[in-house]
Amino acid sequence: MSILGLVNKLSNTGVMGINKRNCDYTLRYNPRKYYPLVDDKLRTKQLAIDAGIAVPELYGVIEIEHQIRELPEFLKKYSDFVLKPAQGTGGEGIEIIVGKIKNLYRKSSGNLVTEEQLQHHVSNILNGLFSLGGHEDKAIIEYRVKFDPVFDAISYQGVPDIRIIVFLGFPVMAMLRLPTHMSGGKANLHKGAIGVGIDIATGRTLNAVWKNDVITEHPDTRNPVTGFEIPKWDELLMIAAKCYGLTGLGYLGVDIVLDRVKGPLVLEMNARPGLNIQIANNMGLLHRLEFIQTNAMRLGSVFDRVSYSRKVLTRIN
Amino acid sequence: MNNRHLYILCAILFFAGLGFFLYKVVYLGFPLLPGQKTDVWEVEVKINFNTTGRPVKVLLYAPRTSSDFSIVNENFISKGYGISISTLDGNRQVAWSLRNARGQQTLYYRAMIEKMVTGEPPAVSKNVKVAPSEYEGAELEAATAILLEAKQKSADRITLVMQLIDIIDSPASNDNVNLLVGENPSQQRKIETIIRILSLDEIPARMVHGLHMTEQYGKSSPATWLEIHVDDKWTGIDPVTRQTGKLVNYLVLWKGTDRMINLTGGENLNVAINIKQSGMESIIAASTREKTVHPDFWRYSLLNLPLDTQRVYSILLTVPIGVFLLVLLRNIIGVKTFGTFMPILIAISFRETQLVAGLVLFTLLISIGLAIRFYLEKLKLLLVPRLASVLIIVILLMLFMSILGHNLGLESGLSVALFPMVIITMTIERMSIVWEERGAGEAINQGIGSLATAAIAFLVMSMDQVEHLVTIFPEVLFILLSITMLLGRYSGYRLLELHRFKALVNK
Repeated sequence: MSILGLVNKLSNTGVMGINKRNCDYTLRYNPRKYYPLVDDKLRTKQLAIDAGIAVPELYGVIEIEHQIRELPEFLKKYSDFVLKPAQGTGGEGIEIIVGKIKNLYRKSSGNLVTEEQLQHHVSNILNGLFSLGGHEDKAIIEYRVKFDPVFDAISYQGVPDIRIIVFLGFPVMAMLRLPTHMSGGKANLHKGAIGVGIDIATGRTLNAVWKNDVITEHPDTRNPVTGFEIPKWDELLMIAAKCYGLTGLGYLGVDIVLDRVKGPLVLEMNARPGLNIQIANNMGLLHRLEFIQTNAMRLGSVFDRVSYSRKVLTRIN
Repeated sequence: MNNRHLYILCAILFFAGLGFFLYKVVYLGFPLLPGQKTDVWEVEVKINFNTTGRPVKVLLYAPRTSSDFSIVNENFISKGYGISISTLDGNRQVAWSLRNARGQQTLYYRAMIEKMVTGEPPAVSKNVKVAPSEYEGAELEAATAILLEAKQKSADRITLVMQLIDIIDSPASNDNVNLLVGENPSQQRKIETIIRILSLDEIPARMVHGLHMTEQYGKSSPATWLEIHVDDKWTGIDPVTRQTGKLVNYLVLWKGTDRMINLTGGENLNVAINIKQSGMESIIAASTREKTVHPDFWRYSLLNLPLDTQRVYSILLTVPIGVFLLVLLRNIIGVKTFGTFMPILIAISFRETQLVAGLVLFTLLISIGLAIRFYLEKLKLLLVPRLASVLIIVILLMLFMSILGHNLGLESGLSVALFPMVIITMTIERMSIVWEERGAGEAINQGIGSLATAAIAFLVMSMDQVEHLVTIFPEVLFILLSITMLLGRYSGYRLLELHRFKALVNK
């Protein structure tokens, strides 16, 4: 296929490229001053709590190098937890600890790390190794999500999460991200996690992509990943739509996990959500975004926007 | 959002740049392409000193038109100074004087010199007087002994001088020579001694100072050689290169043992000489325009800046071209690079190393640095000290490569010192993180992207036409700026993205 032909077909399909996203969506609908709200996960957490949205419980924050010494003492109380940079990007710098054996910590991948290694990791976080632009950062220690057993069959060593793109308060596209052996328990697609498109109307999974290939079953567990029904779908959409009002960001990615006890928890939000969701859904984003732009009846309530998305928007692709 | 604002701004920039450019091309007749390099040089002498409160007088020996070189035009740039030019004993001297001068002073002498290809024989001169040697006692004996030794091994005046040079230059300790020239003699002192020894034999000789006019441009300092009188003509002898006869590549500045610049009423004298070979057409254009159209226009143009500043700008002005290419490669093609402007900085350093050597050195430096960085990872160092350690290691590696290259006879190894070490350090750090986080494939992919971008940017930035265009017509940068700003609103696909989304069209 010629390049021009390809360009034509892609734009007819409504596929959004990175320039388009930056130029016409993030630069336009996401005012710079609101970025810190989502770039700093501590602020996001507080924001969500204030609005009555559940988040993983915060155990503690490490802000200065000196506190690292007290880390083992502090961690005695917790047998499992998640350690992550407050301003990390792309899932980098996140350590999921599932248990302890004497002085060793077991990661979700099964590997053991020593106290010193964990402390060094925290020091790297504080020094800004994982943060945007290398700024000094804080390390967050929080509740480790025990994912809902419905995902047992299709996830491997990690927590599957649900990414919902919210445009001007309307959920426009969603995907389920499943960790694999390759991704090391992380739910980031570029690390080898599976992206599964979700039908906004029904919450049923559609199409799955793994490393740019279309697949139908989980490569590690061999269970089918399509046609799977996400529980509490309506609640998830409502939470995502609410986040628009919280952050003021018009083009937003909301990452939610389903905890077996605590229900849906907002993990983080992203002001520059990736474009792979289009591949997972086998569908371009642009037609839906443009539809909202032209018919931007700014529906007041969250409920109205979610039902509009489920009834009208799903028919556009 | 309203794009009209941007479009109007870009249109203004574009047409302002284009209009100015066309005006210079069509009306003022600037050449579009770099011309044939001709034998024309711009020579600039920059004199800096501090005043002491007394009246200031600066004497500078200036070149004069000879059978080898002719002065096309010359300028004396100074604020408030009185200027006079005098000719004495075949030397031409410029005198700047000022009664009340305060603070630091800067004077410029600037000349455009053209090389003549006349092939004229040197002028005939007769009855040349020889100054007495003024040697006495032990010095006289030593000088006579050296003269006798040289005479025995020589056949005529020229070979005699060659022998004298050999004796005085010889590393073997010779008491007679040591007595006359002393410890670690300067070139001038040696030539002066030869002239005095020759005067014992009534052979006329004199010291000449001048500039070596080569193709390279940059800082220069006067060379010294001697001339002896043979068959009623002066013949040059370069004691360093042993060249005799007409020294055609040397522009004579002055003859005699005097210093180039004599300063009274000032201190901390600092002299910088710059030579630049330039294309003839641009000079014609510049000088005709200078005389006819707009003197102010000329005063505020790049071509009127001091030569060393001009040289900096001739490099600096190509940077926007490289940056523009970077924008194309990153935002239109979708190439991934380490750091936004890192490839451009690497491209600039390629100017010194040349492409192939630069690529090899850079890859070597990054690979070794990366290996060491992986080792440091095990030591669990804090971020800033770790970066500092990598920087120190990078500098040591650069030193090591230069020394190794020099000993292997690879002079390009020396130029590794011009690599931007901080950028290299950050590249190593980021590459190692990408390596660990996203795998070796992604790290190498981005590394190759960076190097390819740097190579392309270098090839374009170092094109003669490009350099000529931006230095003679800096206003093209306005055109470039307007296109770059327009690209800032380009929302189409990146070329490499097409591959990523290809699956989406095969529904």
